[in-house]
Amino acid sequence: MSTNTLPVARTKETKPMAKKPAQRRKSTARQSTARQGGFGSKLTVNGLLVLGSLYMVVPVLWLLFASTKNAADLYGTSAYALGNFALFENIAAVAAQDGGLFFRWMGNSILYAGVGAVVGSLISVMAGYAFDKFQFRGKDSLFGFVLVGVLIPNTATVLPMYLLASVVGMTNTIWAILIPVLCNPFGVYLARVYASSYVPMETLEAARVDGAGPIRSFFSLGLPMMMPGYITIALFQFVGVWNNFMLPLVMLQDQQLLPVSVGISIWQGYAVPQPEFVPMVITGSLLSIIPLLVAFIMLQRFWKSGLTAGAVK
Amino acid sequence: MALQAPTVPLRKRGAAPGRSAASGTGGRTAAIFLVPFFAVFAIAMVAPVIYSIVLSFYAQQKSGLGFGEAKTVFVGLENYFQVLASESFVSGIARLGLYCLIYIPVMVGSAVVFALLLDATVARARKLFQLLVFLPHAVPGVIAALIWAYLYTPGISPLVQALQGGGIQINFLDAHLVLPAIVNIGVWEWTGYNVIILFTALQAVPREILEAARVDGANEIRTALSIKFPLILPALGVIMLFTIIGTLQLFTEPSIIAKATPSITSTWVPNLWAYDAAFIRHNLNQAAAASIIIAGLAAILSLVVTRFSSRMNKP
Repeated sequence: MSTNTLPVARTKETKPMAKKPAQRRKSTARQSTARQGGFGSKLTVNGLLVLGSLYMVVPVLWLLFASTKNAADLYGTSAYALGNFALFENIAAVAAQDGGLFFRWMGNSILYAGVGAVVGSLISVMAGYAFDKFQFRGKDSLFGFVLVGVLIPNTATVLPMYLLASVVGMTNTIWAILIPVLCNPFGVYLARVYASSYVPMETLEAARVDGAGPIRSFFSLGLPMMMPGYITIALFQFVGVWNNFMLPLVMLQDQQLLPVSVGISIWQGYAVPQPEFVPMVITGSLLSIIPLLVAFIMLQRFWKSGLTAGAVK
Repeated sequence: MALQAPTVPLRKRGAAPGRSAASGTGGRTAAIFLVPFFAVFAIAMVAPVIYSIVLSFYAQQKSGLGFGEAKTVFVGLENYFQVLASESFVSGIARLGLYCLIYIPVMVGSAVVFALLLDATVARARKLFQLLVFLPHAVPGVIAALIWAYLYTPGISPLVQALQGGGIQINFLDAHLVLPAIVNIGVWEWTGYNVIILFTALQAVPREILEAARVDGANEIRTALSIKFPLILPALGVIMLFTIIGTLQLFTEPSIIAKATPSITSTWVPNLWAYDAAFIRHNLNQAAAASIIIAGLAAILSLVVTRFSSRMNKP
């Protein structure tokens, strides 16, 4: 098996390397450049693509390099030079601060984003499925409410939520975060699109003839068929909650309950009078985006389809 | 199973014989699926907004000399008048408007150009470029703002250093440049996201049309501008809608950058104004009124954009 895969891998690798025919084509591409005024040329197009990508990537690379430096090197050495390699010291400093508070924050972020992603998305998928598959009175006006929910900016409801939560004494508890993250109107909208394209009516009809009730057929047929949609909605909800800043900032005072986004911004505040916090802010930032980067790279297929479903319909 | 099957469809058929009972489902079953969502929707959106509207009609008033308990008094629309008459709130709205005027054309324009480039026949390594361009979106807003805050700070920033090396003295964080500096953070975060949406829309353009254009002698630019671009207008309408809603949310980036520079005041944009009203000035009633104004503004703007883009799409 392994001997078999090697040559395959090698041919795959050599494919982009075998530029000779491409090079030959270059001359024709140049001719067409003259004709098309530059835009269509391979060099211009790919050059611009590289430039655009550099703009996107360089700040993240800077974060990577900066996290390997101690405070003195950060200000003293050229940004993309490796000074004394202090990444592990920085990580140790992050871990030691306030008895490992940083990892508590990471844990909180995982809890909030995880509940939002798993439970919140299930709630959205069920609602979206019902909007697509069931007939009931008032369907259009109920869906209208969902759309209004999509259109109201999150931050506009944060203060109202805080005001209400302080009346019922729920501020500064995990519920002040966990309940709002369950509400994802855009997820309902997406789920409706997915239900109509992934779950054929005939399948449900067949299940009904076989005697399955609607709840049973949702869990044994509808939900598995919509799984790619569920994962997409969950991924975006996970990222959305992980990135949420204003809600936890407003709701939580206890440092033990903070998610990592607010925690790091508190450290950034400390770093103004105490520059020794700067490497910790930078290293903490890097550590906090690693889970998201991994999730996005692993789940590429899903977020691409998710963005499309949202925009095309 | 035999127990379950008859109850639902039978009752359904009895209740509404006229309506199609295609999958044997109706209001009752739909309710089971919808109740969880509408319960959290009511708790997390409807109730807070209604409570804020109520709150915005009241004010805390102290007796003449400021001694004694504050009383809650019904003041009607007074809070709204005060918010809208506040110079800092109005200049925050104006600043947000200016932000939109720079941000939307730059971000949407670059997304369109990048997507068209990516769709050009000669583009290489499309998957890699898509991943790279989407990378900033995987970086949370707080972290993006932090990274750029450092990239704007003299002494630590390679960018400022390079510009100084070229003889250019520039302070991205002074009062004039801080707005474009924050626009840049938004552009960095959102361009790639929209490139993916537009690129997928471009991929859906029927290849025969493009082939026909080529046969007719249209070059790559011509095809991009007069064939591909009009066909992605619907996707562009959706993007505009979500971008406008997004800009009204502006809070994270300025509040992070504010720690690096005094150029950003505590009332710099409407959301910061509302936060300041609630937690610094402790005027919850005004904060509620400001939140309702922001939400209302979002509703009006999205209505306008939806109308406009649906008119654009219907020839």
